[in-house]
Amino acid sequence: MKTYPFLSRDFQGVLEVGAAWFLALLWVAPLAYAFWAAFHPGQYAVHFDISAPLTLANFREALSQAPFLRYGLNTFILVSTILTAQLVLCTLAAYAFARYRFFGCDIAFALVLVQLMITPEILIVENYGTLARFELIDTILGIGLPYMASAFGIFLLRQAFKSTPKELEEAARLEGCGVFGVLWRVYVPLARPTYLAYGLVSISHHWNNFLWPLIVTNSVETRPLTVGLGIFGAPESGVDWSIITAATLMSVAPLLIAFLLFQRQFVQSFMHAGIK
Amino acid sequence: MKHVYGWLLLTPAAILLIAFTHYPTVATIVDSLFSKGTAVRPSHFVGLANYEMMMDDPIFWKVLTNNTWFAIGTIPTSIVLAIIMALLVNRSLPGRSLVRMAYFTPTILPMIAVANIWLFFYTPDIGLIDQVAGFFGFGRHNWLGDPATVLPSIIVMTIWKEAGFFMIFYLAALQNIPPELEEAARLEGSTRWYYFRRVLFPLLMPTTLFVMINAVLNSFKLVDHLFVLTKGGPDNASNLLLFYIFESAFSYFDTNYAATLTVVLLGLLAVMALLQFHFLDKRIHYR
Repeated sequence: MKTYPFLSRDFQGVLEVGAAWFLALLWVAPLAYAFWAAFHPGQYAVHFDISAPLTLANFREALSQAPFLRYGLNTFILVSTILTAQLVLCTLAAYAFARYRFFGCDIAFALVLVQLMITPEILIVENYGTLARFELIDTILGIGLPYMASAFGIFLLRQAFKSTPKELEEAARLEGCGVFGVLWRVYVPLARPTYLAYGLVSISHHWNNFLWPLIVTNSVETRPLTVGLGIFGAPESGVDWSIITAATLMSVAPLLIAFLLFQRQFVQSFMHAGIK
Repeated sequence: MKHVYGWLLLTPAAILLIAFTHYPTVATIVDSLFSKGTAVRPSHFVGLANYEMMMDDPIFWKVLTNNTWFAIGTIPTSIVLAIIMALLVNRSLPGRSLVRMAYFTPTILPMIAVANIWLFFYTPDIGLIDQVAGFFGFGRHNWLGDPATVLPSIIVMTIWKEAGFFMIFYLAALQNIPPELEEAARLEGSTRWYYFRRVLFPLLMPTTLFVMINAVLNSFKLVDHLFVLTKGGPDNASNLLLFYIFESAFSYFDTNYAATLTVVLLGLLAVMALLQFHFLDKRIHYR
């Protein structure tokens, strides 16, 4: 084992801090660059000059060329519809799996877990056919429907419900709570951290989802931000690059701001959700 | 009574799961055995003819090879970077939360936005990479237009997007490793590289397996960026399996061939599922 006495521990420490910061700068560079291009006139896109004038013209231009506010509203409706339905459906199913040894529950649970592997975006061809049969093409409900019964949500909540002490349930029953009373007063409040983690992961996933919404939507009234941005930024559309960057920043801004404000919760939620 | 309640609670979720996961899985397999229907000749049973066609389809083999290279190119590098990031951020460091935030931020950006930003880096002549290269006297290069560089370009972008996401799993794992271990190793006079290689890395192995399986799954599901960057081109040099399925179904309107390709994807995912179960067992033994 060779040692390097001249590399003192202090010096190693300095090197490590340097490496950490270098990597961090490298990692924010693309995003920082996007900010630079979006807030400066087009001719400064590749011409770095501290004295370059700041401008909001790119944002104004992007908004006048495509209805990004409408897309934003669509995304908001989509994400909240999916999350609401997921919370209700997954809570009920997870409660069934956690507290009832019903006939066939093991097979049913295995069948639920199938969706962890075969996510709806793999089955685009058949699911498009199903939506067409129910005349749900080009509706926000249609985008959300395949994701509402989420195996991931059922799995996470089942874990949380299972770790709830049974004594609490018995006490609530003695107080006269029924099946739903116990669920609402005992299980749901105690699973709050899981709900938060799942909620944040679900929101960021569906805010960013692209392929399936692209297939289902074909009008301004239903298109979410990602799809609007995908069409806007297509190379053949011939839009100025600074304007595309401005549009890109507008599309990611709500989630990015939420992330910067609640950084800790986001990181912990992704961790919590990934490890279970 | 408990049977009734159990099933009643499960029913709403079960209906949607069957409608959008189980039914389409079965329907995909059935559809792959039927011919493409036309106005004159309705769809009819053809056995394995679609699979024979697929075997003779050079694009199918091309996208499968690309998917393999995409996975080989992104996964090991992202994992190494993720471990380095986690180790750097796990000890005291001035501005630690800012550094951690910098690593993690690409994770919450949509792939489509990432592609939009990186598209400009790769644009010939006016793009950032060509500008910098030109400054140092290198010539222009059409990064996304050249079949030799298009996949590596996309791989670099994907590593940037994913490394920070994998980092948080390593961070969580590192926080569960008792600090006495490092103390003991230091007293024994081992170097830090030796400590990492013989103690830390083996202890992180379950995390690495977990991350690896998720990364492989992602490499098959992640195609959003192709819509902005290359549309699978030039000449399918950057095309991936799921994007080819999309093209077959919604550009060439051959849903039966798309179903055949989907069956291959389902098969690959099933193999992954088996590996994951095997690995989950291991993780439990580990504890």
